Amino acid sequence: MTLPASDAAGRKPVVKVVFAGHVDHGKSTLLGRLLTDLGALPEGKLESVAESCKRRGVVFEWAFLLDALKAERDQGITIDSTQVQAESDNRRFVFIDAPGHHEFIKNMVTGAAQADAAVLLVDAKDGVQGETRRHAFLLGILGIRDVIVAVTKMDLVSHEQARFDDLAAQARAHLASLGFDLDRVNAIPVAARDGENILTRGGAMPWYTGPALIEYLDALTPGAAGSDAAGGPLRYIVQGVYKFDERRILAGRIVSGSLAVGDEIQFSPGNRRARIKSIETWPRPETPAGRPERADTGQSVGITLDQQSFIERGAVGSHPPALPHLVNAFRGRIAWFGTEPLTPGARYKIKLNAGEYLCIAEQIEHVLDAGDLSKSAASSVTRNQIADVVFRSRGLMAADAHGENPATGRFVLVADHRIVGCGLIDLEGFADEQRTKGPKSANILRVEHRIDRMERWRANGHTSGILWLTGLSGSGKSTLAVRLEEALFRRGKQVFVLDGDNVRHGLCADLGFSPEDRQENIRRVGELAQILAHAGVIVITAFISPYRADRDGVRARAGDLFHEIHVSADLAVCERRDPKGLYKKARAGEIPEFTGISAPYEAPFAPELTIDTAHENVEACVDRLVEYALSAFGGNGG
Amino acid sequence: MDDLDRLESESIFILREAYHAFSRLGMLWSLGKDSNVMVWLAKKAFFGHVPFPLIHVDTGTKFPEMYTFRDRYAVEWGVELIVGGCPPLEDMDQDLPPATRRAQRKTKGLKELIEREKFDGICAGIRRDEEGTRAKERVFSPRGADAAWDVRDQPPELWGQYNTDFPPGTHVRVHPILHWSELDIWRYIARENIPVVELYFARDGKRYRSLGDQDITHPVASNATTIEEIIAELEQTTVAERSGRAMDHEAEDSFERLRTEGYM
Repeated sequence: MTLPASDAAGRKPVVKVVFAGHVDHGKSTLLGRLLTDLGALPEGKLESVAESCKRRGVVFEWAFLLDALKAERDQGITIDSTQVQAESDNRRFVFIDAPGHHEFIKNMVTGAAQADAAVLLVDAKDGVQGETRRHAFLLGILGIRDVIVAVTKMDLVSHEQARFDDLAAQARAHLASLGFDLDRVNAIPVAARDGENILTRGGAMPWYTGPALIEYLDALTPGAAGSDAAGGPLRYIVQGVYKFDERRILAGRIVSGSLAVGDEIQFSPGNRRARIKSIETWPRPETPAGRPERADTGQSVGITLDQQSFIERGAVGSHPPALPHLVNAFRGRIAWFGTEPLTPGARYKIKLNAGEYLCIAEQIEHVLDAGDLSKSAASSVTRNQIADVVFRSRGLMAADAHGENPATGRFVLVADHRIVGCGLIDLEGFADEQRTKGPKSANILRVEHRIDRMERWRANGHTSGILWLTGLSGSGKSTLAVRLEEALFRRGKQVFVLDGDNVRHGLCADLGFSPEDRQENIRRVGELAQILAHAGVIVITAFISPYRADRDGVRARAGDLFHEIHVSADLAVCERRDPKGLYKKARAGEIPEFTGISAPYEAPFAPELTIDTAHENVEACVDRLVEYALSAFGGNGG
Repeated sequence: MDDLDRLESESIFILREAYHAFSRLGMLWSLGKDSNVMVWLAKKAFFGHVPFPLIHVDTGTKFPEMYTFRDRYAVEWGVELIVGGCPPLEDMDQDLPPATRRAQRKTKGLKELIEREKFDGICAGIRRDEEGTRAKERVFSPRGADAAWDVRDQPPELWGQYNTDFPPGTHVRVHPILHWSELDIWRYIARENIPVVELYFARDGKRYRSLGDQDITHPVASNATTIEEIIAELEQTTVAERSGRAMDHEAEDSFERLRTEGYM
């Protein structure tokens, strides 16, 4: 459909409005009427649809104007969400028609997520139904605050005021229970078929003295759903790092706050800091004076930094100390639209900001009834259900609680090549794994390398990275590490082993085995491993590294260089082997805080590789490691 | 930010997501106003570079002015251009109406080119306000192995999170300017000074509002000889943009049928 007239300056605000509600409550009819009355339909469209109805022997419906697809006309329902544009005297509208049909709730979510406001339809005869309540709930989750409750088909209830008052009160009560601010909720009786209260107040309901629908629509503000973001802390989502010419440009989007040249930015979860040297645009202004100095919420901008820092897609830039949280476990309030139910223990991919993280659905706390908001225990979350679920991610994610910053506090879930759910992050009761060890001196500048890792990889004929072996004492880490090192070296690879016992003689000689010292030990080893990996070396580390958060910290810093390998053997097997006699001493109480005996070991839940040394012999284990390493580092980085 | 800034920012975001998501990305350049805007946005997204090839599916029956335009700006914009041919008209479905049959050549030509060049992502400059079935499109729209569009089972899209995870054999149509209107396009062309084929401007009381093949595209009555006059004209019109496209009028579901098969 064609865009109708707009004023010359084209500066009318654009407002996106989603139409939601129960199937058959007259959404498409209301929209069709609105579009026609606003003159938003191309010439001849009305006539051609009327002609088509005649040919098919069906009564003309306004809804047919929207249902452009043949299949939909045949079934009489709107399959997918549709967007159409229309214009009033002081607004440009994008009307989003979301289907009310139960099976198509994912399309409703797609439609509503883009909207500034919603029209929630309630059939005067049918009343507030389960689907109406569910849609209201989803509107709330998706961040919509301005709602117009349209009580439709008033002609079917003889335009009775009592019926309208009753339904409006029911809808408002439900919205209030969902946390909507009732000052931003309005109710209006309409009869779309006759155009009553659409553009003007008709004569059939003299008792209604409020504004017509268009007056409510004209009062809406664009971006109302996300307007708080501009005043929020900076969240700059890195989409990519480009080196098309001599510039190394970070390309991304500001989803809240603003940034300016000269600002110090911290990039999470890797916690790298740098200052913004320039904001890059094309066409490039002739003189530096013409280049932008600042950028605001909503802008897709490119920036360069004052020092070469290892920053990847998925990083979130912010102004210290207003940093996002670093989490590897959180609660998500999810809406599920997967065909297969969500079950505890199942793995999904979380897409958050520009990052992707493997995660596990650890626990379903409860399923929520979208109607009466009651909670009940459940062993799975099925299609169209809302639930609170605890997720655990592989590696640290930079995120905000949705209540604090919606743009970085929401995610989608992917399984079997499909988006199967969406959710809001709740961090109450979950630890922030932020363990910033920024430089103590403010006057440290990085020396910029003239050779990057790609060049080193090409020179070596293979890429590099960190093979991080983790497991109990006696599980076989050191044995496997040195065997693997030898095997790779004989194949011409640059490779080096960092072993737990060795570094504690030097680099970490000042550290003990308390949780704090273990954490610092792993941090140092992680940094050293990373330096070697950047130098082009395949680094193999053999450390118990018992804490998940510490390993996740190394992963956050090293990004895709990091490969977690779980050397798995149960405690009984390791204790029987006891190659260094340590278990014996620990049992005798001679070694405090010994992992597995008097200190915890947190196994990785989704390592890149698991080697089962309890059931496979050394040769087989080494073969698998070599095979993995050759495939991981086989190329030369393109 | 004004409304054009917002549209631009959204499109740039989409283009960068696409560049990351696919190992072999291409961009359809039909030489029309919309795809010129799309190429322009790509240059903005990648700071003056277009890091993937532009594709012109050539039916061989475009207007001469369009070929001149293509050859000039392919060089001036410094882009890699792939030109693909189309199978002869005789090979098309004979039960289709004549103009739709001509349009089908382009669909088949594109399919062949996608297979030959092994593209897994294709940017296309379609817009929601052009036509009813396009209004239902997704920004990242997966096509099965036979390039078919399954309109009944489209992926959800929300919060700038697109589904970029596809089974092998799928290719994806990416629509970076899906949310723009015809008027937005012209206002942006005026603001950014983006070149367009001269056929859009009126000569002898007629101009082309939408450019397709010479034999199935008709001009509309107009006196608009400048971009400003085109904008003024569009502010008044209630005639559909694609009204000059013959295939849209042959049968009620002509366009839908083409699109389900893989037309842009």
